[in-house]
Amino acid sequence: MFGLLLVTFLIARVVPVDPVLAVVGDRASSETYARVRAEMGLDRPVAVQFGRYVGMLATGDLGQSALTREPVTSDIARFFPATLELATAATLIGLVLGVPAGVIAAARHNRWPDHALRVVSLFGYSVPVFWLGLMALLLFYADLGWAAGPGRIDPWLDDVVPARTGLLLIDGALAGNGAVVASALRHLALPALVLGYYSLAYISRMTRSLVLEQLGQEYIAVARAKGLSETSVLWRHALANVLVPLATVVTIAYAQLLEGSVLTETVFAWPGLGRYITGSLLSLDMNAVMGGTVVVGLVFIALNLLVEGIYRRLDPRTR
Amino acid sequence: MRARRCLLALFAFVLAPAARAGIPHDTVVMAKEIDDIVSLDPAEAYEFSDEEAIANCYDHLLDYDPAHPETIRSALASRWSVDPDGRTYRFVLRADARFASGRPVTADDAAFSLQRIVLLDLTPAFVLRQFGFSRDNVGELIRAEANTLVIETTVKVAPSLLYYILTSSIASVVDKTAALAHQENGDLGHHWLQFHSAGSGPYRLAVWRPGERYVLDALPDAWSGAARNRQVIVLDIPEPATQRLLLERGDADYARDLDKDQLAAVARDKDFVFDRALQSMQTYFALNQKNPYLRRPQVIEALKFLVDYDGIAKGLLGGTRVVHQSFVPDGILGADDDRPFAFDPARAKALLAAAGLADGFGVTLDVTAASPWLEIAEALQASFAAAGVRLTLLPGDEKATLTKYRARRHDIYLGEWGSDYPDPHSNAQAFITDDDMSDKAALKTLAWRNSWSDPALAVRVEEAERESDIARRAALYRALERDHQKIAPFVLMFQDVAIAAHRKSVHGLFIGPGPDHTLYRAIEKE
Repeated sequence: MFGLLLVTFLIARVVPVDPVLAVVGDRASSETYARVRAEMGLDRPVAVQFGRYVGMLATGDLGQSALTREPVTSDIARFFPATLELATAATLIGLVLGVPAGVIAAARHNRWPDHALRVVSLFGYSVPVFWLGLMALLLFYADLGWAAGPGRIDPWLDDVVPARTGLLLIDGALAGNGAVVASALRHLALPALVLGYYSLAYISRMTRSLVLEQLGQEYIAVARAKGLSETSVLWRHALANVLVPLATVVTIAYAQLLEGSVLTETVFAWPGLGRYITGSLLSLDMNAVMGGTVVVGLVFIALNLLVEGIYRRLDPRTR
Repeated sequence: MRARRCLLALFAFVLAPAARAGIPHDTVVMAKEIDDIVSLDPAEAYEFSDEEAIANCYDHLLDYDPAHPETIRSALASRWSVDPDGRTYRFVLRADARFASGRPVTADDAAFSLQRIVLLDLTPAFVLRQFGFSRDNVGELIRAEANTLVIETTVKVAPSLLYYILTSSIASVVDKTAALAHQENGDLGHHWLQFHSAGSGPYRLAVWRPGERYVLDALPDAWSGAARNRQVIVLDIPEPATQRLLLERGDADYARDLDKDQLAAVARDKDFVFDRALQSMQTYFALNQKNPYLRRPQVIEALKFLVDYDGIAKGLLGGTRVVHQSFVPDGILGADDDRPFAFDPARAKALLAAAGLADGFGVTLDVTAASPWLEIAEALQASFAAAGVRLTLLPGDEKATLTKYRARRHDIYLGEWGSDYPDPHSNAQAFITDDDMSDKAALKTLAWRNSWSDPALAVRVEEAERESDIARRAALYRALERDHQKIAPFVLMFQDVAIAAHRKSVHGLFIGPGPDHTLYRAIEKE
């Protein structure tokens, strides 16, 4: 975590952009400019600036964003739920469709379902997410009019319900506001399907490989010899034995989405963490960039701890 | 089977076009690039989008007619005068104006609003400091006497200069009681006013989410009359293509930043029309006088003949800019429409030969790597080549390019500039005044950024600044512009045209010459 902070901090210092400009604009007088520069601590040596930041961090203070003028913690509390909602929906799509697809492909090894999955996965691996997002937006929103447009909700419905969790689907449901839930769901559908497709491609391929490996094991032959149905062999025995590595696969896919799907969030104007960090980076809003980096690091650590817990639950030998 | 039915129903619900709700009839949604907003406190706002939001929540002391810029009109001040000493101004406030809170707008509020700009010393403070105000004296020099606002300047300037400044965003009158009720650590309500409004305009700021949107709620009992809509939502949509998509799908009523291609595409649909208005923003390129080639007078003049002004305006910019070659834009007092320069490579070659550069020379141009800047730069590269000037483009991030420009490390900089306030002195000062060429200069004008100084022109800027007769003052600026055109290392090319695309059934947006005169109150849908 310290290394991550240090590298991010140093990169920001070598970028040839004046961060004071983002605060005072191009028209400020020399006096105003100098005062704001001092207030931002930029008149001090780089080592002092870094030490001061780490000191603040130790007390849970991520500083104030120069762009939004709010504490970075407040900003992250606002932007992160949007990413969480999108990433969770996308991972669920990837999980619900990807695992069965992988199992079926393994069971039909080298037959048409396996070949079809290979094509679908290959497309998912090789097509840039922003391109797919744009195409999906053009087709389903612009041409067919089936999906809702960019943004997280129809703008006139935003802020209609109190933000208790920051997750619009839940906040809308808690407030009993069907219009908010419906709008949020419609706006979530397309980006979640696009991102979910990438999760699906990854999870299904990994599931296929893992199950295929199990199907060559002796215990599978014994199960078949005992007269168990092929469904039972596949879903109760083979799949049960790949759950531990599969948990790692799903967690990695989820972590990648939670760290901020920058391009998808940009294409769909989704006000999430990835878009926040990118926007801050372009404006050299360093407190926001560093705060976002810290959160990404913490998310990664938290998910690692979560997957370890899942291991212990699924495999008694790891307890 | 039941699970499958549920899944199909959910899918149909999510993607069903019939289920999509349109924009409510009394709500206006605009797609606009508003990522330049720094703050919505009138004492700090100094970019384009924030001034537009503020213009709809606050009233100014005075107003002016862009079609007849020499005419200053009343706003919150019903009468105004200047004492014979030429330094004491009196503004009588109208009695019927009310803030959103219901409190009357008083001279004390007006004095407080101007004082806090100087006291907070944020970006716009320099505009008032030129009249001699400081943190120490502003409480005494700007004061309320009953219902009259008294402003005493320490320097004698043209009264119209102060009046024009008081038509701008900086003269937005803030509800003193509301601001002080939310004061934190003596900040005069600054933090609160970044996210709330306390004005007497037809709207109040309901939501401001940086990077997302601002929402203005109309005040049904606004003193100047209620707006014809209930709410205006301005979405931060930087991409013109996305703006067009939202407009065409009916998810936005206005698209405010369509580029040439998007405008052409939208124009093909007869359902859409455009509102157009000249803006005070100008496109120019500047020649750093530290460069030994660019310092030669013949080279400066030659480069002005190496721009295909009409070709770029019509072909590349498609009506989003018009040719304007002087430093005072149309819509501001003293604007000069004379166009002494046209693309003339033969004349440019002769001038370069006279400068001892018959074989041309090489030079770099810093430009923001975005449309239309890159296209303009490429057009300049081609037209410069016609006289042997080898232009190397250095595209970069906007802020990085600006940082380099401010540090005077460029050869040629291509960018834009807008008046700080609707008075010709703003641009005259920016394009001419350079009292101190050192790196520690207090006033880092465009002239300073290009290491250019012309004391004779600078004296004339001061003379025009002091001229009390408005017609004579306009004439002084026109003469100044013509002489500046001949010798200054600035090639002014275009003036912006704001274009708002909308359906025929929606109308009423008033686009002023600057964002602080762009108003939403008359927008309505049929």
